[in-house]
Amino acid sequence: MTFEQLLQYVASGLTNGSIYALTALGFTLIYNATDIINFAQGEFVMLGGLSAVSLHEAGAPLPVAFAGAVLTVTVVGILFELLAIRPLLRSGVLTQIIVTVGASLAFRTGALMIWGRDARPLPSFSGETPVRLLGATFNRQTIWVFGLTLVIVVALQLFYRRTLTGKAVRACSINPMAARLMGVSYSRVVLLSFAVSAAISAAGGVMITPASFMSYASGSLIGLKGFAAAILGGLGNPLGAVIGGLLLGIIEALSVGLLPGGSSGYKDGVAFLILVLVLFARPQGLMGGRIVDKA
Amino acid sequence: MKHRYLVYLAVALALVAALIGAVGCGGDETTTTTVEPASTETTAPASTETTATGPSGEPVIIGAVVSATGPASPLGEPEKATLLMMEKQVNDAGGILGRPLKVIIEDDQSDPQNAVTAAQKLIQQDKVVAIVGPSISPSALAMKPITNQAKIPQLAMAAANAITDEPPIDWMWRTPPKDALAAAKALSYVSETLKLTKVAVLHDENAFGASGLAEIEKTAPDWGIEIVAKESYKTDETDLTAQLNKIKGANPEVLVVWGTNPGPAVAAKNMKQLGMDIPYVGSHGIANKTFIDLAGDAAEGVVFPAGKLLVPSSIVDPQQKAVVDQFAAAYEAVVGSPPPTFAGHAFDALGLLLSAIDTAQSTDAAAIQTALNETTGFTGPDGVYNYTPTNHDGLSIDDMIVVKIEGGSWVLAE
Repeated sequence: MTFEQLLQYVASGLTNGSIYALTALGFTLIYNATDIINFAQGEFVMLGGLSAVSLHEAGAPLPVAFAGAVLTVTVVGILFELLAIRPLLRSGVLTQIIVTVGASLAFRTGALMIWGRDARPLPSFSGETPVRLLGATFNRQTIWVFGLTLVIVVALQLFYRRTLTGKAVRACSINPMAARLMGVSYSRVVLLSFAVSAAISAAGGVMITPASFMSYASGSLIGLKGFAAAILGGLGNPLGAVIGGLLLGIIEALSVGLLPGGSSGYKDGVAFLILVLVLFARPQGLMGGRIVDKA
Repeated sequence: MKHRYLVYLAVALALVAALIGAVGCGGDETTTTTVEPASTETTAPASTETTATGPSGEPVIIGAVVSATGPASPLGEPEKATLLMMEKQVNDAGGILGRPLKVIIEDDQSDPQNAVTAAQKLIQQDKVVAIVGPSISPSALAMKPITNQAKIPQLAMAAANAITDEPPIDWMWRTPPKDALAAAKALSYVSETLKLTKVAVLHDENAFGASGLAEIEKTAPDWGIEIVAKESYKTDETDLTAQLNKIKGANPEVLVVWGTNPGPAVAAKNMKQLGMDIPYVGSHGIANKTFIDLAGDAAEGVVFPAGKLLVPSSIVDPQQKAVVDQFAAAYEAVVGSPPPTFAGHAFDALGLLLSAIDTAQSTDAAAIQTALNETTGFTGPDGVYNYTPTNHDGLSIDDMIVVKIEGGSWVLAE
């Protein structure tokens, strides 16, 4: 493998990795607030992408379609929490997780009925000409995804650490009971987490659609990889989610390069094997600790 | 502790979800496998018979299983419309064997299990003479043991090789060009038109892509082609630059991509991104406008094997042209749009069956079987059918064309 090829594999890995990272971030936000693993997370990504496609086809300029799609999916996330998660608050986390599995199927089938089975495209945010960097070529859209992911991560950190609402969310994730005694509305924190998580995933969906298209079925693979990334990084740690996502993408791409020809089908196997090994050595994930240890 | 337990549970759930997803995808994609061109009308064989007198007596009952709803409805809907249209035409022209034709259409909702139920209902309850359909390969493979055991002739409208390649095939025929024929057409183009020998294959990991790779690997030596690289991807994978980067390293002269949307479109875009300017030969899985919509500029110059109906001007045989024109006009009059490929599969299936019944002058299953096996030169929208007791595919490589994408539309490549 030449150095140039190596760089290209890393570039490919970053492309997929930033999508995994954003989805992992969505998992993390909901997990932190509720202990729920939301298996409909990938579906939020899919709904975001397809909503943007519809809005754009209806004549909305790209930025408007972007905002509209994020808003739409945020509303979906809020309704999902109000209608499916909140009524089960007393049934325990396990029941709620099962509900998210059901919801993911419902979202997928709904999307199939609305948008049909064909994948749909969206124009690139800033043209198709690839960008060359150190001998590797990046899709322009990748740079958008990568850049916006960083912006979202920084914004989230600021929100969690600098605002009162953000601190309330963190308080709830550390000790819901104590937070409630301090006057924090737990149910509002949960609602907020679902809304923000849906919005972030939707934004991710809109950003990747120009590069990789979106179909009703696209959410499941993205959701699965995003979940793996969240575990790898340490479930509950937003920074860990991002690092886990990027790492997972790069491992996958590199394993294509390192495995003998004709075995690219095993790259997911390699990625998951590494995930399992990491969990053996560090059950809390690469950057996990605080949250997982709390009980 | 509680949380760690939850994480394990979640991992287990994720694995289950992954498995379900994989299985689901496989089925889905095979569906699209059938993408081909379509359609026209052979003078229904029955219509030559009686002229003035209307049909009378017990109807000849033929069953049909199509995917009128569900993910494969783009296949099943035009097939259903075609069958209903033909039923009316035949009855208006005096019926079959002087008797009325009755086509009972069942919808498998794109689900093989429903296809099985439908086949049993048609055979046991409706006592059908023969069955046309189904629309998709998984359903065809699921129905095969049933029609075989009941000794009911079945004409499938699906493309998976196994339908007519793997025994028992005594009671199973098909109308679309099978996947192997498309692979052969693609390789012949690489070998004879492009005159290139070093091929890289990028294929979907689903049933369609995997069987495509197997066929290409098996027959490449016959065309003097060497496979220098082969890589795979999942249908919904978002970026294929890693696979293409690996392929690039093997220095192939041409890239063959075997899959259904959206993978091949992602591959076309990623090739541009990596600056790979070798020819892109696709499969018949991209013989649809969706590929052009998705890949945009990257679709330009892409070639793929397809049935002749995709580029109607490629039909030069006067007999086939007459059949296609007549069918297209009749279909458009009823449905309001030109017939897609799938309508042609249905037209050929019912047409072949009626022709066999007419030849046999009987609705006896064994007589129909014999007549179908002796079919020679039956011309329909999909091509010219020659069935034998061991060849139940009918079509030949000459019934396919290689299509090139130019200016966002399809032109003949050869």
